[in-house]
Amino acid sequence: MIAVLPLAYLAVRTGEAGWTRVAAEVLSRRTGVLAARSLALAGVVTACCVTLGVAGAFLVTRTDLPARRLFGVLAALPLAIPTYVAGFAWVSTVDTFEGFWAAALVLTLCSYPYVFLPVAAALTGADPAQEEVSRSLGRGAWQTFTGVTLRQVRPAVAAGALLVALYVLSDFGAVSIVRVDTFTRAIFTAFNLGFDRTGALVLSTVLVVLTVLLLTGETLTRRRGARHARTGGAGRPPVRLRLHVLRWPAAGLCGVLAALALGVPAVSLVRWLAAGVSRPGSLDEVAAAAGNSLWVCLVGTGLTVGLALPIGLLAARAPGPLAVGLDRVTYLAHALPGLVIGLSLVYFGINVAYPLYQSVWLLALAYAVLFLPLAVAAVAAAAAQCPPVLEDVARTLGRRPPTVFATITLPLTLPGIGAGAALVFLACMKELPATLLLRPTGMDTLATKLWSHTAVAEYAAAAPYAALLVGLAAVPTSMLAVRTGVLNSGRLT
Amino acid sequence: MSELDVRNVSKAYGPVLAVDGVDLTVATGTLAAVLGPSGCGKTTLLRCIAGFEHVGAGEVRVGGRLVAGGGTHLAPHRRRVAIVPQEGALFPHLSVAGNVAYGLDRAGRRSERVAQVLSLVDLAGFEDRMPHQLSGGQQQRVALARALAPRPPLVLLDEPFSALDAGLRAELRRVVRAALRADGATAVLVTHDQGEALSMADQVAVMRAGRIVQCGPPADVYREPADAWVASFVGEAVLLPGLVASARAHTPLGELPVAGTSAGAATVFLRPEQLQVLPVNTACGVAATVLRHDFHGHDALLLVRLDDGHEVPARIFDPTMAAPEVGDRIAVRVRGTARAYPDPTNGAVDQ
Repeated sequence: MIAVLPLAYLAVRTGEAGWTRVAAEVLSRRTGVLAARSLALAGVVTACCVTLGVAGAFLVTRTDLPARRLFGVLAALPLAIPTYVAGFAWVSTVDTFEGFWAAALVLTLCSYPYVFLPVAAALTGADPAQEEVSRSLGRGAWQTFTGVTLRQVRPAVAAGALLVALYVLSDFGAVSIVRVDTFTRAIFTAFNLGFDRTGALVLSTVLVVLTVLLLTGETLTRRRGARHARTGGAGRPPVRLRLHVLRWPAAGLCGVLAALALGVPAVSLVRWLAAGVSRPGSLDEVAAAAGNSLWVCLVGTGLTVGLALPIGLLAARAPGPLAVGLDRVTYLAHALPGLVIGLSLVYFGINVAYPLYQSVWLLALAYAVLFLPLAVAAVAAAAAQCPPVLEDVARTLGRRPPTVFATITLPLTLPGIGAGAALVFLACMKELPATLLLRPTGMDTLATKLWSHTAVAEYAAAAPYAALLVGLAAVPTSMLAVRTGVLNSGRLT
Repeated sequence: MSELDVRNVSKAYGPVLAVDGVDLTVATGTLAAVLGPSGCGKTTLLRCIAGFEHVGAGEVRVGGRLVAGGGTHLAPHRRRVAIVPQEGALFPHLSVAGNVAYGLDRAGRRSERVAQVLSLVDLAGFEDRMPHQLSGGQQQRVALARALAPRPPLVLLDEPFSALDAGLRAELRRVVRAALRADGATAVLVTHDQGEALSMADQVAVMRAGRIVQCGPPADVYREPADAWVASFVGEAVLLPGLVASARAHTPLGELPVAGTSAGAATVFLRPEQLQVLPVNTACGVAATVLRHDFHGHDALLLVRLDDGHEVPARIFDPTMAAPEVGDRIAVRVRGTARAYPDPTNGAVDQ
């Protein structure tokens, strides 16, 4: 319900604008250019992320790469860097860093972990018996990798690529900072400068349609039975390949990637930080913004997880259309651009729920709409840790349902729910466009402060916010990286 | 006195009748096995008794108390019916002692009951282990101890040994049977394994397509199956067409004394151990050829083809002695009485 509400509102308002106006807006040359540019950006970034993510995941999980655990963590860490922070770091380091390819570089470096993490997890968890069978049937190591291993992890690659594509379509921060006109930037400009509601709404609707088309396309190409379950037997760690002479060059490449994705933002932040904190009074402002960020994110995470608990448990326990649809719905978190949700909630707040307008609660509601699917998926996965038979047994031993929930269900699902909460918290911290639109007047978070300073090229003033944001976001990110099992040991051949 | 009394219970899922008018009475302190192929409704019956399913019709009484039926449906936690599921389903976050004490009240936890039931299942001293540190057999024994700990009037065992390997299974059956006896527990075991049902139960109820087709002591079910299907489901069976007249049947194995049916066309049933294998030149017996020889160590099962084309199994108990090999000519003689079931369809076939 909550997820559909703003979208329904968007549709109604777009309809009210009148078809001639809508048609004129949609069919304009500008819309066509925007659409082409957004899709091209999504295509380029997705291709780069798949290459980097799969190669990185293979090197880290399946070879004797030097310091592979360190590289495993380093490869996951860019998730903690919001794209607008990375954009800010590059713009403030490299002169005339703007345009399509600049945006593609920044977005690739920020979003390849979306491919790396699921693929690394799949490579770690893939059944080694299938590879052994392939080797025993006379296939070489390389043929086995392309014929068996890559096919085992294909669903993970596809899922990661979809996340990246959706993320690029909905990204607002990086493209704004490197000055590329995509859909999101045009929507924000239309709304902010001209207060051109109809234009913003129509463009939003087109963006939603684009993302839905992308989702549908991926569903149609997904073959049946593409998920490869482990076929029984005890879990054995996968066998790792020796790289021989390629060992150090491979490590070098991983190092270059880490330097670009993490080093550039780090160096840039430190440099501007040294200049920035010397300004008197800035520490109080930073602390206030950090406090606001934490407060808003806590409220948002609490609301989101609270709503996700019953839905997730229900979905896990009642297999049917709900559980099947859940897999698809997970992507909607990334598919629905924060800007569009923010915009529709602004109108919703002004016209329907005025008491909520300009309050933290409307912002928390926006976070819930955006990230509820993430939390629901996490809760449903956690519920799988507690099969219903355990609850059945507990009840036959004379414990009432509330006691069973407290003593069996909750202790077993809590770690998974905690991970889901961390994920939601991270997403709330990084969220920029909806926060910009919905924060109460005068309330600044780390993200909005950073954005407003960057917009007027006050890089030194922006640096402390960026540094604190990255620092806070790194905590849940590292927790999540550890949970994927990237750090697990394996055997050497 | 009966601890469990199931009367005319039915349970339907949509148009499918999973349990169809089942009656089952289990006397206090005994173990009843519900034996049937997979999909026969035995697990549904178990879940109706435990309270996870609402019965569609009929009544369930535990210890004389009505728990289901006639508008009553007591929630599972009020029935005092403990369950041991297929995979044990130990609570993974609790130690062995924590698992066993889960169903006990505060006084029970302080008493010696945990140590007592753990020693019943030969696991004394395992209190502090975690479930993942136990073997499959040990997990099942902890699951049984957990079910027994609160002294429930009834314990339900849902194919508790099916995930274990054969050697372990036999040993665990003995441990479980002994523990149930020592604790005076009443139990219902659901299984598809006829060996398990025959060796453990005081009473075997054979279930097919939602109905109980025969219920009685294991020896009776094995020796006097109610029909040809039960005969071949509960162990190996020799089934031959025959014509019965005045307690004698004309069969491909000769004229045999029979019990169980009136005159007419019938299916005649013998156990393979009733067929005695003799050298081919023996005067008595029917000539046959050995088609297959399955060696089991303690015995061997032969499949032989009678000269008229019928194939029958025969068990020999001393397979180390010059046993016939595939292709050998032998003679087969019947010992004891056969049973016959009326079967008009084979009336004129072989007679």
